[in-house]
Amino acid sequence: MLRYLIRRLLIAVPTVIVISMVVFVLLELAPGDPTSQIPLTVPAEIREAIRESLGFNDPIHIKWWNWFKLMVVNEPIYAFESVTNTCIGDCESRDRIISWSSRSAAMDTVYQRLPQTLWVLGLGLVFGFILAVPIGTLQAYKQYSIFDNAGTVFTLLGYSVPVFVIGPLFIWLFSVKLRWLPTLYDTTHDIEWTSWSSIWFQIRQLLMPVTVLTLFNAASFGRFTRGSVLENLNESYVRTARAKGLGEFTVVARHVLRNSLIPLVTLLALQIPGIFSGAIITENVFRINGLGQLLLISIRQTDIPMVQSLVFIFAVLVVVFNILADVLYGILDPRIRYD
Amino acid sequence: MTDISNDAEMPNQTQASADAAANELGEFRSLRADVWRQFRKHKGAMAGVVILISIVFACFLGPVLLPFDINTLDTTNTNRGAGWPHLLGTDNLGRDAFTRALLGGRISLLVGFVAMIISIVVGVLVGALAGYFRRLDWFLMWITDLVLSLPLLPILLVAVVLFRDPMQDWLGDSLGIFVLMVTIIGGTSWMQTARIVRGEVLSVKEEEFILASRSVGTRSFRIILTHIMPNVLSPVIVAASLGIAIAIITESAVSFLGLGFPLDIPTWGSLLNDSSTRLNLNIWLTIGPGLLLSLTVLSVNLIGDGLRDALDPKGRTSA
Repeated sequence: MLRYLIRRLLIAVPTVIVISMVVFVLLELAPGDPTSQIPLTVPAEIREAIRESLGFNDPIHIKWWNWFKLMVVNEPIYAFESVTNTCIGDCESRDRIISWSSRSAAMDTVYQRLPQTLWVLGLGLVFGFILAVPIGTLQAYKQYSIFDNAGTVFTLLGYSVPVFVIGPLFIWLFSVKLRWLPTLYDTTHDIEWTSWSSIWFQIRQLLMPVTVLTLFNAASFGRFTRGSVLENLNESYVRTARAKGLGEFTVVARHVLRNSLIPLVTLLALQIPGIFSGAIITENVFRINGLGQLLLISIRQTDIPMVQSLVFIFAVLVVVFNILADVLYGILDPRIRYD
Repeated sequence: MTDISNDAEMPNQTQASADAAANELGEFRSLRADVWRQFRKHKGAMAGVVILISIVFACFLGPVLLPFDINTLDTTNTNRGAGWPHLLGTDNLGRDAFTRALLGGRISLLVGFVAMIISIVVGVLVGALAGYFRRLDWFLMWITDLVLSLPLLPILLVAVVLFRDPMQDWLGDSLGIFVLMVTIIGGTSWMQTARIVRGEVLSVKEEEFILASRSVGTRSFRIILTHIMPNVLSPVIVAASLGIAIAIITESAVSFLGLGFPLDIPTWGSLLNDSSTRLNLNIWLTIGPGLLLSLTVLSVNLIGDGLRDALDPKGRTSA
């Protein structure tokens, strides 16, 4: 197991490096850099000197290496320092990735945006899972019943109606017509866990985005749960369990579900990065200023360092969760053997 | 247009040829006839075929038949609700919302179809090469896994922004963005097909008829084309039908975020983007394209499910 983990991590290193190269080179092709905003009254040779001093004339592999160093060495050290309030080496003068539009460290903006994204995505994921597992199990248990068919229709709808269709309709119904829920997500709201009105405010503004994401996740997890449980119900261990006189609930909940959820855990882990990209759409529909919206704004402003950081973070997340899923699979299912 | 309707009518042709075969040989039933018989029993899939054909016809004929010119602005008639003669009302410039929703469908459907073709061609090519040639396998699958682990939507958005202007300069405004979207969507969705095809090729390759074929001196490419490809066709057809749904949703998502097709080329995504800031004026501007988009994706998914059931010999009941 440990050997497998180490091998997976070692394979992941070149993958991350290549991804960073792809992301970096793609964005380096973008037209324009900060020096294009220098007034025309500045003589050409001074403009050239500025470009030279900022490193814009370096060959692309040097530029990539400089950026990569900042991204994987300096930024993690900085994050560690600010969390633990320590200072490692020359912490005052350490270089960081600077956003072209805000002229501050790109990662600082990322840290500001992260909580909103995690709130919405996390809750959508958790509720989707909680909803999908019992429904999918019951569907499989009563295959082809009215309940199963209704669930299948719901699943198909969840697959087919995109977030950017159902989202605006929700906003129209609940915010414009009924005026029950706010249209905008108020980031300045500090949740006080002792005050009911403060918690209620947070619930109200999370309700629509979380519901939409929950429906979407429940549809895909539910379909998978149903299929997985169906497969397991025909196994001989189920017959054995029934033969030794166990109740139906025990058979399904303790024996079948345990086995069926193993592939579902893998699915969940694999979906998390995709859900991060799904955040881009959800956050733009419901005007939540999380990472997805930050990415879109940065793309529009051609804020290259910010986009590079965000896409790289997304990519690393995918790699990390892929490894996590494989390892989790091995822990949960002892039949899986890694050589 | 013809391409899309051909795709939907394909089962008819196969049935015709299968019937001919059945007549000649009496009791004999071809595989295709079996598949079609099984597919026809899948009620959802048949409903999907009907819905998809109606939407395709509506999108390509509707704007011609409807008496509204979407290039003429009628500022005295803006933001009307649903009613007569404007079925879905009018937008903020007085243009008929229904006509525009149907027009948007043309581009969305075309993008979905062409992007699917690209993704299938690339996927089959990579998968077949990786499965058949041992030396290429490691490298091609590494590339496949690498692309799979890229966060695709952000990269898609970045790529559209970067290459939009050069492509539009090169090929003209509408064709440029169309080719760009189709290439990018197709180029980022081939990985699943490649994996499926590789797996199938790996197992088919060991069969004895391949050995027999090689022993009489057939070249590798001929073996792949004539012996292996027909055997991996089923999963590819299913992947293709689901690929259309994915491509249409992706295109709409990118356009919804305001980075795909510009507003003067209506697609379902860009129409939804346009109407999302005017929800209180005419909600039918959202419902129209949204419903058409969802129905299309739904019907394609249903057809995909039906094809999967019909093409899987294990689940086939004798009828």
